[in-house]
Amino acid sequence: MSSLHEFLTMGGYAAYVWPSYAIALVVIGFNVAAPLKRLRRLKSEIRRRGGRA
Amino acid sequence: MDKYSWAWFHRFASPPYVYRVAGLLAPWFAWAAALSIAAGLYGGLWSSPPDYQQGDGFRIIYIHVPSAYLSMMCYGLMAVASAVGLIWRLKLAHAVAVAAAPLGASFTFLALITGSLWGKPMWGTYWVWDARLTSELILLFLYLGFIALNNAYEDPRSGDRAGAVLALVGVVNLPIIHYSVVWWNSLHQGSTKFFGDSAQMATSMVVPLLAMILGITLLFAACLAKRLQAELLARESSASWAEEAAR
Repeated sequence: MSSLHEFLTMGGYAAYVWPSYAIALVVIGFNVAAPLKRLRRLKSEIRRRGGRA
Repeated sequence: MDKYSWAWFHRFASPPYVYRVAGLLAPWFAWAAALSIAAGLYGGLWSSPPDYQQGDGFRIIYIHVPSAYLSMMCYGLMAVASAVGLIWRLKLAHAVAVAAAPLGASFTFLALITGSLWGKPMWGTYWVWDARLTSELILLFLYLGFIALNNAYEDPRSGDRAGAVLALVGVVNLPIIHYSVVWWNSLHQGSTKFFGDSAQMATSMVVPLLAMILGITLLFAACLAKRLQAELLARESSASWAEEAAR
C-alpha cells in the first residue's frame, strides 16, 4: 500500500474487499460469543438447580 | 498392563478431565490466534504489494483461503470424531463432532460469501453452478444436515449416531471439493504452489497468507474448546463434576 487513500479504497475494490472482512468479523465474533454465552447460561442453570435440591 | 493402559485412556477421555483441559487451552489458543491474525492482516492488507492482474482485489484471499481450508479441515475432524464415536461408543467423540459442526458451517458460509464477493469483480458474477462452488455449497448443507439430524431425536444417543453416519457418508464430498478444479472445467482457479523454485505466489504474499491460515486455525481451536466445554456441561449437567464446574 502506498497511501491511506489506496488502503481505504482498496485500489477500486473497496466494495468487495471491505464487506468480505466485515462479514468475517461478524461471523468470528459470533463464533467467539456464542459458546461463552451458552457456558454462562448452563452454569447458572446448574447452580440454580443445585440450590433447590 | 493392558488393563492399566485402558484405565489411563478412560481418565484421559473422561468429560471432567477434557472440560478442564479445554478450559486451560482456550485462552492460549485465543491469544496466539490474535497475534497471528494481527500479523497476517498487517502483511496482507497493508504491506504486501497489489497483484499484477487483480490489483488490491486479491486481498480477499487472506480471509477466503483460511475459511475454505477450515471448512474442509473441520469436516475431516468431525468425520473422524464421528467414526471414533460409532466404533468405540465414545460419548466424548460425539460431543467433539457436535461442537465442531456449527463452526464448520460458519467457515463454509464465510468461504462461500467471500468467494462470491471475489468472483463478482474478477469473473463478472457472484455465483456460478460450477464444480468447486457447488461442492462447497453441498458441504454447507452437510453441516446443516448434521446439526438438524443430531437434534431430531428424543434420545440424544440416537441423534449422535444418526449425525455420525451422515458425517461419514459426506466425507466423499471432501476429495470432490479438493479435486473439482482438476476434474472439471471450473471458473475457480487451481491450487497454487506456495513454496520452492516453481512457487506461483510471491513470498510477501505467501507469508501473510500462512499467518492468516495459522491464526484462523488457532481461533477455531479456541472456539472449539469453549464449544466442547459447553457441550460436555450440557450433556452431564447432573453429574457432580458439572456442579463443581458451575460453581
